[in-house]
Amino acid sequence: MSKLDSKIPEGALEQKWEKYKSSIPLVNPANKRSLEVIVVGSGLAGASAASSLAEMGYKVKVFCFQDSPRRAHSIAAQGGINAAKNYQNDGDSTYRLFYDTIKGGDYRSREANVYRLASVSTNIIDQCVASGVPLAREYGGMLSNRSFGGTQVQRTFYAAGQTGQQLLLGAYSALLRQVGLGTVEMCARHEMLDVVNIDGKCRGIIARDLISGKLERHFGHAVLLCSGGYGNVFYLSTNAMGSNVTAAWKAHKRGAFFGNPCFTQIHPTCIPVSGDHQSKLTLMSESLRNDGRIWVPKKHGDTRKANEIIEEERDYYLERRYPAFGNLVPRDVASRAAKERCDAGFGVGTSKMAVYLDFKAAIERYGHTQAVKLGVQNPSATELKEFGKQVVEEKYGNLFAMYEQITGENPYELPMRIYPAVHYTMGGLWVDYNLMTTVPGLYALGEANFSDHGANRLGASALMQGLADGYFVIPYTIGAYLSKEISVKAISTDHEAFVAAEKNAQEIIDKLFAIKGTKSVDYFHKRLGKIMWDKCGMARSEKGLKEAIADIRALRDEFWKDVRVPGTANDFNPELEKAGRVADFIELGELMCIDALNRTESCGGHFREESQTEEGEALRKDDEFAYVAAWENNGDHTYELHKEELKFEAIKIAQRSYK
Amino acid sequence: MSGHMNLTLKVWRQKSDKENGKLVTYPVQNISPDMSFLEMFDVLNEQLITKGEQPIAFDHDCREGICGMCSMYINGRPHGPKRGVTTCQLHMRSFKDGDTIVVEPWRAAAFPVIKDLTVNRSAFDRVIAKGGFISVNVGNAQDANNIPIPKPDADAAFQAAACIGCGACVATCKNSSAMLFVSAKISQLALLPQGRVEATARVKNMVAQMDEEGFGNCTNTGACEVECPKGISLENIARMNREFFVANIKS
Amino acid sequence: MSNTSGKFIQSSLGKKLLMGLTGLFLISFLIVHCLLNSFIFLNDGGVMFNEGAQFMANNPIIRIMEIVLFFGLIAHAVQALVLTLQNNKARPIKYAVNNGNANSKWYSRSMGILGSLLLLFLVVHLSHFWIDTKAAQFNGTIAEHNTYLEMIEVFHNPINVAVYLLGVIALAYHLLHGFPSAFQTMGWNHPKYNGLIKKTGILFSIVVPMIFAAMPVAIFLGWIK
Repeated sequence: MSKLDSKIPEGALEQKWEKYKSSIPLVNPANKRSLEVIVVGSGLAGASAASSLAEMGYKVKVFCFQDSPRRAHSIAAQGGINAAKNYQNDGDSTYRLFYDTIKGGDYRSREANVYRLASVSTNIIDQCVASGVPLAREYGGMLSNRSFGGTQVQRTFYAAGQTGQQLLLGAYSALLRQVGLGTVEMCARHEMLDVVNIDGKCRGIIARDLISGKLERHFGHAVLLCSGGYGNVFYLSTNAMGSNVTAAWKAHKRGAFFGNPCFTQIHPTCIPVSGDHQSKLTLMSESLRNDGRIWVPKKHGDTRKANEIIEEERDYYLERRYPAFGNLVPRDVASRAAKERCDAGFGVGTSKMAVYLDFKAAIERYGHTQAVKLGVQNPSATELKEFGKQVVEEKYGNLFAMYEQITGENPYELPMRIYPAVHYTMGGLWVDYNLMTTVPGLYALGEANFSDHGANRLGASALMQGLADGYFVIPYTIGAYLSKEISVKAISTDHEAFVAAEKNAQEIIDKLFAIKGTKSVDYFHKRLGKIMWDKCGMARSEKGLKEAIADIRALRDEFWKDVRVPGTANDFNPELEKAGRVADFIELGELMCIDALNRTESCGGHFREESQTEEGEALRKDDEFAYVAAWENNGDHTYELHKEELKFEAIKIAQRSYK
Repeated sequence: MSGHMNLTLKVWRQKSDKENGKLVTYPVQNISPDMSFLEMFDVLNEQLITKGEQPIAFDHDCREGICGMCSMYINGRPHGPKRGVTTCQLHMRSFKDGDTIVVEPWRAAAFPVIKDLTVNRSAFDRVIAKGGFISVNVGNAQDANNIPIPKPDADAAFQAAACIGCGACVATCKNSSAMLFVSAKISQLALLPQGRVEATARVKNMVAQMDEEGFGNCTNTGACEVECPKGISLENIARMNREFFVANIKS
Repeated sequence: MSNTSGKFIQSSLGKKLLMGLTGLFLISFLIVHCLLNSFIFLNDGGVMFNEGAQFMANNPIIRIMEIVLFFGLIAHAVQALVLTLQNNKARPIKYAVNNGNANSKWYSRSMGILGSLLLLFLVVHLSHFWIDTKAAQFNGTIAEHNTYLEMIEVFHNPINVAVYLLGVIALAYHLLHGFPSAFQTMGWNHPKYNGLIKKTGILFSIVVPMIFAAMPVAIFLGWIK
């Protein structure tokens, strides 16, 4: 008997959630008041879950390491949020969103979860608009949509290039409203360092007050980890500097299985690395692929400037290879295609590790439509360009400004230079249909879980999933667990399990200080990142992964012998915070490689060089690998694989094609 | 390497809010113009750690200008000399070889220093908690297109909502006033039909909390608008004033 | 209700409203003052000017307005003091380096100093003209009181002329910020009219002080006899 029970409800796909929702046990209002829930992380998933649960009457405590819940990295999402509203009358439906997501995820996600996600997607938009999120609108006052990669309908809602910011601030507002009402206790500048399990159930956390350095014990009848993804294992990624895996990893070490850790999303359109000093990478929203055309010179090793290369000498390789989807192929496909061109010697820019994203055609096209709209007869070429620029600026102004700020180049005149970068992690803590991990009472929401995106996430789906989990899933599914906990009184934090967990956290901190080595934390983080990017990045091979595992183990030993953590523990000490996080990243990195090594197929963002077609497209092996790899931590850096078979009943599983 | 710079930094060092701080001089060498200002601080901190000294504590997170966490007062201006950018998006090409750069924390009674360049901005959260929301519980929403919103209103609300809560407005204001921040949220919600319902209570409660936090008063110098990395307009303060007066006349 | 209105006037925005309203009121007084004094440029030996002065001295509405004006001025000054003290408290530790000119005008940041200068100037100004007039009113000799001659006498002294010019310059800069600022405080900010407010403000801040400045200068140079 497998240890994994996905708890997918019986019945037809379309009715699973509706039927299940109405049958989940409820908790009466009086009991809710005495049930405490801890939420770790204040991004879309965390803030929406915390506010919803508090609205329902639970006692909620929220933790975030930033100075305010409004800083969570959901804020940096740019492009948009999908919803099957079909406002554009282009044939969209819940089923189509579900289908696109499953197919985009390369058939490595659970049908039931994804269908639920697609069906609540419309409620999210309603909720956000009701709570004052200023999504983009048309002149008639109706909501506007744009298209995104991997789909052929326009279902993406947006707020210029700041959709994540606006949605997060909406959820943050809802959260702060509850803080004001006294139903949520907000603990900012706190980092979770361990979960506390009592009698096989999760009952709280150990957190460090980052200002005083004090370790604190917090009890909860349930704990929700909404702590985001682990892309920073690569050192360079589009994640925020503080994004980390610590909460999820500590939970993993306390019994929560880690699902598909090797499924990483490499985003095709990021600003290329400019030098060794680089601390992070910046994304240029996928929405730009709506209007930008991606190309490289046809000539090998061409050193001319972009503007000197005439149309006939440009290779619009995505349009050439994938005529049906063109520049709007899914992210994994676009990323690999860029890497392929650069590796073959067609890259551009000083590093030659970049391709062009060109808006010239879009500016011309918009110039014409704008001239018609404004009633300008026979506009001059300069006028047309001006009009076109105005439209492009309205759509992507902040992204263009950001690009110019970072590179010092004007993207209205010169094509952008872009290259893939680590952006999102589909893997995460394994959860069942209720979003509960393998530890009863411990949940994972949003990017922190593995659930909905399979091996590749479609654009504008992360925001959707975070809010779906927080607003529309956990408020119901948590009842299945908490309804049985109503008789449990709040457990004293003097309980031996709390004492032991705090002691453990303290020992790790003491150990880090005791090393007094010679290298900074960043030194190790950069080395880990390089190993991961080179050997567990866009292309992976058995040889590389085995080397990576050996390298990471050696790095781990070196870290624990030679890292230098300055300062003291009872103080505001960002270096100590980083040290703890990097220690966990090193362990996770090894597991990612182990998982990647195990999965000898190519699927979604996971590309094994050994498994490709003759044309170099990814080759999936459904008979062997149609499962979720859930890893159990057996201590001492040993991991045991558990498989959750994926059954496709509504969708006919097929090799993906975007041609 | 060509174009690389040597600079002198004068950085505010302060152990905690209970101790006094002072400016300390640090030379930094070989700084690439393509580095961001914070990456230059990474280089400096790496040097300090190697030398066995305490690195400089500063707030930062997304490093792409949207989270609002970074907060340095650079040569007398919040987020440095360039308009429309946060410190993390400020690049070293804005400086010249041999420059001396003075870096201080945001200074305001409402933003006490935690350590070095890190300050406590939780006052902003407390202001939002008093009314920076629409009281709609999950599950109550009608279809998102049921209430059409004129595009100009939606756009204006969005522009006000672009505030990242970094506190540069407070830092630069000679009076440490938070009115640009507070008015941006009040405006965003006042411009939307969904937000009108609670407009009266919202403006009164948020202004009261703002006053309680010890921010100064607005004297309309306009510095906040100029220094705001997201270009939040003074129009919002005027709107807040109107909303506040009308609210007080009504109830 | 009463409690709320008390809170209103104590709130930051309430105080600001009072500053704006009293400021606009003082501006309206400046217009009247400036218009009446301009009779001096008729160069008719002070006939019209003194008639105007007599009218102002005898009209009961003006008498009441004078008291309102006095209180308006006090309120403006006291409120400014309260706000300044509060604002100073809001930043206990100042910046070592602050580049205010990068984002605002010096006179916008110096309203307190400009206002204090104006207050000092006002003391001098009132001691020159207003006290005598008041004395004449109480003595019942107001009908014989010749403000015009008094003015000619005061402005033959170069020191007085210099003091008045400085006062007028302070007034100009105070208005340059104060005029549009009052509109902003009242919430009258609209993209369509902002340009108009701004231009009117600049025009007002230049023209009115210029007219005031022209009086001592013209008298001193003997253009007005």
